[in-house]
Amino acid sequence: MMRNIALIVVATLVLAACGNSEPPAAKGPELVIYSSRIEQLIKPIFDDFTKETGINIRYVTDEAGPLLARLKAEGENSPADMLITVDAGNLWHAAEMGVLQPVQSEVLTNNIPPALRDEQGRWYGVSIRARTIIYSTERVKPEELAGYEDLADPKWNGRLCLRTSKKVYNQSLVASMIVALGADKAEETVGAWVNNLAVAPFASDNKVVEAIDAGQCDVGLVNTYYLARMLADNPDLPVGLFWANQAGEGVAARGTHVNVSGAGITKASKHKEDALRLLEWLSGPSAQYDFAHLNQEYPVNDKTAPSELIEQWGSFKADTMPLSEAGRLQGDAIRIMDRQGYR
Amino acid sequence: MPVAPSPVTAFSQTPAAPRRSSAALWFLRVIGVAAVLAVMAPILVVVLSWGSSQTEVWQHLIATQLGSLLFNTLLLLVGVGLLVSILGIGLAWFTVMCEFPGRAWFEWLLMLPMAVPAYVMAFVILGVFDFGGPLQSFLRLQFGQQYGSMDVRNAATVIVVFALVLYPYVYMLARSAFLSQSSDTTEAARVLGCNPWQAFYRVALPMARPAIVAGVSLAMMETLADFGTVAVFNYDTFTTAIYKAWFGFFNIQAAAQLASILLLFVALTLFAERRSRGGRRFVQGSRLQHRYRFPVTPVKAWAMTAACSSVLAVAFVLPVLQLMLWAIDEGAVQLNTRFFELVQHTVILAGLAALITVFLALVLAFNRRQVKRGGFFNMAQLGYALPGSVLAVGIMLSFTFIDNQVFIPLQRVLGMSPVPILVGSIATLLAAYWIRFLAVATGPLESSLERIRPSLPEAARTLGANGGELVRRIYLPMLRPGLLTAMVLVFVDVMKEMPATLLLRPYGWDTLAVRIYEMTAEGQWQLAALPALALVAAGLIPVIISIRRSSH
Repeated sequence: MMRNIALIVVATLVLAACGNSEPPAAKGPELVIYSSRIEQLIKPIFDDFTKETGINIRYVTDEAGPLLARLKAEGENSPADMLITVDAGNLWHAAEMGVLQPVQSEVLTNNIPPALRDEQGRWYGVSIRARTIIYSTERVKPEELAGYEDLADPKWNGRLCLRTSKKVYNQSLVASMIVALGADKAEETVGAWVNNLAVAPFASDNKVVEAIDAGQCDVGLVNTYYLARMLADNPDLPVGLFWANQAGEGVAARGTHVNVSGAGITKASKHKEDALRLLEWLSGPSAQYDFAHLNQEYPVNDKTAPSELIEQWGSFKADTMPLSEAGRLQGDAIRIMDRQGYR
Repeated sequence: MPVAPSPVTAFSQTPAAPRRSSAALWFLRVIGVAAVLAVMAPILVVVLSWGSSQTEVWQHLIATQLGSLLFNTLLLLVGVGLLVSILGIGLAWFTVMCEFPGRAWFEWLLMLPMAVPAYVMAFVILGVFDFGGPLQSFLRLQFGQQYGSMDVRNAATVIVVFALVLYPYVYMLARSAFLSQSSDTTEAARVLGCNPWQAFYRVALPMARPAIVAGVSLAMMETLADFGTVAVFNYDTFTTAIYKAWFGFFNIQAAAQLASILLLFVALTLFAERRSRGGRRFVQGSRLQHRYRFPVTPVKAWAMTAACSSVLAVAFVLPVLQLMLWAIDEGAVQLNTRFFELVQHTVILAGLAALITVFLALVLAFNRRQVKRGGFFNMAQLGYALPGSVLAVGIMLSFTFIDNQVFIPLQRVLGMSPVPILVGSIATLLAAYWIRFLAVATGPLESSLERIRPSLPEAARTLGANGGELVRRIYLPMLRPGLLTAMVLVFVDVMKEMPATLLLRPYGWDTLAVRIYEMTAEGQWQLAALPALALVAAGLIPVIISIRRSSH
């Protein structure tokens, strides 16, 4: 028994020694990033930045909630220089908590449209994620579709699929409907969506696409890149994309709801200049190309083209609601969805 | 013929282990107390949340969801509790007490599902059995639309998923309890006129109770604190409310308040269980060698083979096959040096954490036996009762506090540029692991420890053995099965752990679980197949080692 334990200890120590045999990070400028964008979608961009500037980047990935809690707890002692996260709601809360500092730069204002960044410059959107309607090309004609609120129509009874209301993308979408339609109409719409559901809400956007493919339902709401990824694997997928709220009168033509993944420089940052350089890099051509091609998202910088795969969907008019509104109204949106029994 | 409930069980009050105030004992006492305090720190953070009132979130939750969340949670708990008991105890009894074709193989094969993380089992089951999955698609193609249009995302499926990966806790503990019961017991019961069922129900089962309760309560605590698995099914439980308060309303106070209710519930349950067991101890007769097995008819024997194979097929073969299919489809690109780094990190962290956790659990167990009111040391188990991410944040907050109050000022005094040194260090991550998993190690250790008759160490003392010899020649050999089980359980649990690893790991120390999180966060479950498969494979190693050791 003792021999076994000794053996395990020795083996682990040897392994641990091997684990630390990686070359120590080169001396020189270095940035620390807290990111809720996953490694696969962010590391190639960091690598290019390091190659270009010689500034090394270390990062941890996690969900936005825990990362924000850590930033806040560490306060001015935080080693983090930048927070990268998805969804305007998370960015808005980070700004509200006071962990981000305002920065201004001509490059950023030129590259990023005003609706997609914080007024005070505490965070900037770096990629656009449009959330819109998808439909079965076998059972639905695109002419039958219009806007988000039209999915409340009884003709979709038993034909609608949604992702869970716990996902922040849906919370931001409902927040945008509160802005456009008012709280009462937004709540009415959500209630009608719930009535129209074919099955209980799914855990992911992928499952919504799969359900439409399998014939479980006919229409749904997803972020475009989920569909793009699945189309890249299977171009014959009988699921089409419809740009919501493009035509009609007034708010009906407000445009498709867009959200961002974004970044902000932390208040605690001790390398503000380098961090700003990275932020500008994220809005520049190389990083924007990567956002478009690694994950089929839309670039925020209109000088960069989207990937070939999503160009087939053509251009669309985006809702110009300032994204900070989505953050401010996130709580209201959740309350509406809870009251209407949207799980 | 009436038989007393547990005739061969010797009841005695908690023995007064020889009290000696040697330096070693005090040293152990200090470690034990320190461990309990370390566990209490994050819990205190959670409980202190009651300092501010969060009526708005509470009112909203009560008005909308709380009722159904509580019902869902209770349903899940009862379902999982029952199913893991039936599977765990039943299979353990078959393999220990009966002879049937393949028994020697099933003995250890049935432990394997433990290596499958619950969230992996969840997405495999959903992938295979859901409306759009291969099974139902096939049914629709063959027999028309009305067949195979079932939504499997319901309470029953969630219960089955949990039970399939959690029953090994009960199986392992019950099995070692049955094994260590002297054959005299069951033989005596049979001689006194019990049929096999009565021998099981009235003799073996009550004697194995501490072990079984330990196993079932581990399974139920894991279920109660789970978020990832239920999220795959969009099945809302009490943890859903915690996450909603935190991630939705960004109200960490309300989230902590909700979590502390969970904690209270678990603490009361543990307390009640201990009270109901009272001061009784279950001690064995002496003769362990001869193994008595009940004779069974060939039909029954084959039925047992069938039962064991079907559990194994659904709980292990199916997920592994499905993961392999997905991995072959998608995984090859991931197989680079980075991937082997992930495996390496996973094994190192799990190995170190298992050693530390089991050592501390052992120290706590000894302390509990030494001290008259040992209940204090039971509090070290509460880390397991909080949802992983709440505990992770609690630990992060406590360690950040120490960083900010002690190390940063110290660095300033020394003229260094201040950086947090605790958060994001291996030591802190390991601390998070043992704080969370002490309860897991305690179950098997306790039930091993309880089977050591007080007369044994007493006799050794009389014969002149000192403390060190006592440990080396009596306790360690007799605790061996319990120690091994505890290490395997902790090792596997640490490998599967996500929230603390994510939040507290040093830069670059990604593990397989981190990779699985990143893939599933994007809904790409197929891409998570390869890391999941590697996780299962790595989990098998300690399971198999412990089986080989314990069979000697």
